[in-house]
Amino acid sequence: MSLARRTRLKRSVAHLAAIILGAFLIMWSLLPLYNMVRVALQEKEDVFSSHVIPISPSLHSFWTVFDTSYWLLASFWGQMGNSLWIGIIVASLTLAIGTLTSFTIGRMRIRQGWMLTNAALMTYVIPMSFLAIPFYGIMGKYGMTDNSLAVIAVEVTFATPYAIFIFQQYGASIPLELDEAARIDGASPPQIYFLIYLPLMAPALVAIGTYALLLSWNEYLYAFLLLSTEGKITVPVGLGKFLNSDEAPWNYLMAAAIVYAIPPMVIYYSFRRKMSSGLTMGGVKG
Amino acid sequence: MAVTSTIENPALVRAERRSPSWSRLTGSDRLWAFAFATPYVLVFIAFVIYPICYGLWLGSDPATYRQLFVDPVYPSALLNTLIYLLIAVNLKLFLALLLSGFFMRRGWWTKTLLLVFILPWAVPAIPGYISIHWMLNGQWGLVNNVIWSLWQADGPPWLDNANLALGSVIYAHIWKWLPFWTIIFLAGRMAIPTELYEAAKVDGASSFDLFRHITVPMLASLYLVCTLLSSIWALGDFNAVRFISGGGPALSTHVLATLGIRNAFEIGNPALGMATVLSALPLLIPLVILLMRQLKKGQVQL
Repeated sequence: MSLARRTRLKRSVAHLAAIILGAFLIMWSLLPLYNMVRVALQEKEDVFSSHVIPISPSLHSFWTVFDTSYWLLASFWGQMGNSLWIGIIVASLTLAIGTLTSFTIGRMRIRQGWMLTNAALMTYVIPMSFLAIPFYGIMGKYGMTDNSLAVIAVEVTFATPYAIFIFQQYGASIPLELDEAARIDGASPPQIYFLIYLPLMAPALVAIGTYALLLSWNEYLYAFLLLSTEGKITVPVGLGKFLNSDEAPWNYLMAAAIVYAIPPMVIYYSFRRKMSSGLTMGGVKG
Repeated sequence: MAVTSTIENPALVRAERRSPSWSRLTGSDRLWAFAFATPYVLVFIAFVIYPICYGLWLGSDPATYRQLFVDPVYPSALLNTLIYLLIAVNLKLFLALLLSGFFMRRGWWTKTLLLVFILPWAVPAIPGYISIHWMLNGQWGLVNNVIWSLWQADGPPWLDNANLALGSVIYAHIWKWLPFWTIIFLAGRMAIPTELYEAAKVDGASSFDLFRHITVPMLASLYLVCTLLSSIWALGDFNAVRFISGGGPALSTHVLATLGIRNAFEIGNPALGMATVLSALPLLIPLVILLMRQLKKGQVQL
């Protein structure tokens, strides 16, 4: 066999292997998602059948989610609203606290800056679920259980450290001479913060705002422990409740789960190019 | 986790750092600096330090640990935690390392494939896990339906057998988090100068040589940091066990994170729950110390 022919053969074998691996990866990634769509398209009775492909697919479950005509779905849109506004407040607070902190560490360079950095690092390496029990106890003492503010507090606490790291890294690319010039012209620290620092940090603000919003949207444990009233819970808690109900209407559950999953997916895919790899990553830690 | 530079900012180039311009903070500037730092300090004290102290106090009674260690569920939860950390995390990261090489291939279809591949990561955890839970249902789940339609045989009861249920949890964890780590390693690989590979190819190196002598040493510290970070996150992971197996069958698939919540809230004994969580510290602390050492070297930034 000639060398050229052998290389060509080798290349086509590699190509075939890549196609097989690619096909496997598609199936691997889509199987649970296909299952979600499959169940959502079925009627309630058909869920308990041995069909792989739905026999008579219909959008009935999605309509039920939209007009909330099933009792477990009655407050679904309220829950979506809760998830959204909690997420927006968490994102705003994370941005505010994160930028203020990184401004003092990175721009004003206070001598105690290393303590703040270490505090952030320490928070970052504590698994969120490990503090759930004492946090619940403390909130109980203050009469803050079943209060969205408690959930917001804990989510901001765990989103801020990563925000501080990223703001520090990004802020390092903004020349300190800008601050210097402004100071010579008599600008006060708040003026420098609002008029120079924040506008130049805009891309990092967008990235971290998205990160905090998604962290909050996806968070389950604290919302589950701290919120109990039907009108206050977030969507993941609602879905969890669904799972525990005796009736288990799987088609409605899956349809609601899909509706809830769509906004973050849209964000992921539209922001994917704007941010370089690193940023969204920490995004949704377990 | 940034391996490459963080976000591109076209307007600004990295500034030469000279002496810090704000070095002498005086008078009102000093006050402003403290005012700016106050919100974070308050958050840290109120929601990190205070819960930690309260948690340590809750779990400070030796009698609780005696009660915990005689609980028959505890040894299996500890073992499951170790299995989860050793197998799920390492298998996932090793696969991610290999797959990141696959996604370095050129061509539009690799890019399209990557878009599909990151779907599990873009979908929130709870819907994904709930779907897997139902998919693995022994009687009506998709997996056993497929097995039935292909071979007319009953599939195994995935969630009703202790080993299979733990395996299912590990599967769900890998499914959910594989894309995330693959993309991290992909960014790591992209940061390796291509000249290294080209020079080695000229010298006649095989693709295995390239992997062994360029990729592996260049990614080693990133891989280590990822292993440590992923282990820390997996140690605190509540959702996978909660939604895939629910700790069952017969409490056999609990991990420390879920058992702690169960002891505190379902059994209603917060001290016992806190003791369960604190008993994971001998695992957590070495991981954190190793991580800090790696981060200090400065090759990998969070």
